Amino acid sequence: MSDDFIREVEHVARLARLSLSSEEKELMADQLSAILETARKVREIDTVGIEPTAHVFSIPAFLREDVIYPSLPVEKVLQNAPKKMKSYFRVPSITVIEEE
Amino acid sequence: MEFETVIGLEIHLELQTRSKLFCSCSTAFGREPNTSCCPVCLGLPGSLPVLNRKAVELAIIAALSLQSEIQKESRFDRKNYYYPDLPKAYQISQYDRPLALGGFIEMKNEGVKRKINLERIHIEEDPGKLMHSGESIFDSDYSLVDYNRAGIPLLEIVTKPDLRSGREARLFLEELRCILLYSGSSDCRMEQGSLRCDANISLRPAGSKTLGTRTEVKNMNSFRAVEMALDYEAGRQAAILSAGGSIIQQTCHWDEGDRKAIPLRGKEGSSDYRYFPEPDLLPLILKSDYIETLAASLPELPSQRRIRLMEEYGLDPADAAILTENRSLGDLFEVAAGEYKDYRNLARWVRGDLLYLLKGNDRNPSEVAPSLLIELLTMLDEGEINRPVAKDLLANIVKNGTNPRELVQQKGLGRIADREKLQPVVEKVLAENKDAVDSIKQGRKKAFAFLVGKVMAATAGRADPEKVQKLLRELIN
Repeated sequence: MSDDFIREVEHVARLARLSLSSEEKELMADQLSAILETARKVREIDTVGIEPTAHVFSIPAFLREDVIYPSLPVEKVLQNAPKKMKSYFRVPSITVIEEE
Repeated sequence: MEFETVIGLEIHLELQTRSKLFCSCSTAFGREPNTSCCPVCLGLPGSLPVLNRKAVELAIIAALSLQSEIQKESRFDRKNYYYPDLPKAYQISQYDRPLALGGFIEMKNEGVKRKINLERIHIEEDPGKLMHSGESIFDSDYSLVDYNRAGIPLLEIVTKPDLRSGREARLFLEELRCILLYSGSSDCRMEQGSLRCDANISLRPAGSKTLGTRTEVKNMNSFRAVEMALDYEAGRQAAILSAGGSIIQQTCHWDEGDRKAIPLRGKEGSSDYRYFPEPDLLPLILKSDYIETLAASLPELPSQRRIRLMEEYGLDPADAAILTENRSLGDLFEVAAGEYKDYRNLARWVRGDLLYLLKGNDRNPSEVAPSLLIELLTMLDEGEINRPVAKDLLANIVKNGTNPRELVQQKGLGRIADREKLQPVVEKVLAENKDAVDSIKQGRKKAFAFLVGKVMAATAGRADPEKVQKLLRELIN
């Protein structure tokens, strides 16, 4: 696996805040490369004159009326929170200056 | 070297819906933390977004009022970034197929007409709200998250880099706010976060057409802060460039207390957001007749009202501007003008004493009965009361909703014009101010005005000034 590709994996891992071991990086690089290879194959298809599609259905979005329904009780909202304070989720501060 | 400042703004506005953009949780401000949340806005597995019709409608109305071109087909995309304010780790936004393209605002900066063009307008969901522990964002060790705001419908407006100073950015925002308030799409309350503004700013040598390296300024919490922060940042960049340095592309955080823009983090490029089409939402397809119906029902916009106030009532531009900027004050003027025909006099009172009293007493123009205002001005025009008394009566209208005519009768505040009543007062004033009388006899006019003032004071401002002057002249000679 090329160093370029490892760097790509490291970049994506950083964006997703994942910490990967060097074995994992190798593994991910292999898998990512296979996925991109498939995408490259798809690109070989001649799409001249074909409208780009973002969805398999060509029906317009369904719209709901602007009506309020009850929200979840706050205990339920915080039920799975690893840390909480009063009725807030408590998370580590993420304001450090990042260097790539 | 002479530099030109180049500024582009990104404005986020809360659309005034009752429920969130993709779920039925309430958008009400000031609720207990995390009490307006459901599986959709918390990003719980298996939940699916459903678009709010009203949000789409308000977004279209806002875009139309900014002369932006509504796209018949637009699309939602996922903007991916990992930060605790996003429960799903992506924000549903619109990327390459936004709701509307182009548009502009025309305004005046120091008498010069300026047209500020818009790049695009799109719909997106608001992230949650983070509160940082510690003194500032830089020395906190944990953050608290409230997801009540997550999923509130936002309109993002992106301008072209057409603004040239902090002041111009502020003027633009004021005009934008005015237009959106008139259109009814957002309440634009900066202090409640329903209008937020970020700016991109760069400098270039005057006359150059290429853009310099820009920085992004965030956390500007008022229009005044926008002006100060951008002027500060322009100054900082000018100092670096003049010294032969170069600007680093970065995001700065405006610190209101220190009045400084502090660099926050290395800027993630647009590709780092890894946008891709939101598979859970179908494209937003709008029919022409729907857009036309909304366009036809668009309320009068500030620029139109300003012109109409000048044409219909003969107001000067300054009066028309104030009555437009303050919409309900303008409404009060127009209702009163239905009966009271000295429009310019009416405008002077409304935008002068009345506006001053409203602000001083924390009242809204809508709380003032136009009939009482008309009554007051009519009494003044017909010489039943004097100006100082009229001002007191106006204060009573604003504070207590008192009928001025009744108050005049009750407290005997009418104008005193009877010779029998005025003469003793004038005689008393003359007797008490012999020095002034002597000065007048030596030809000093100032002393005369002094005596008129004394008589007015002695009658609590109620004496007929012309009669007083006549009597004074008579009795002195």
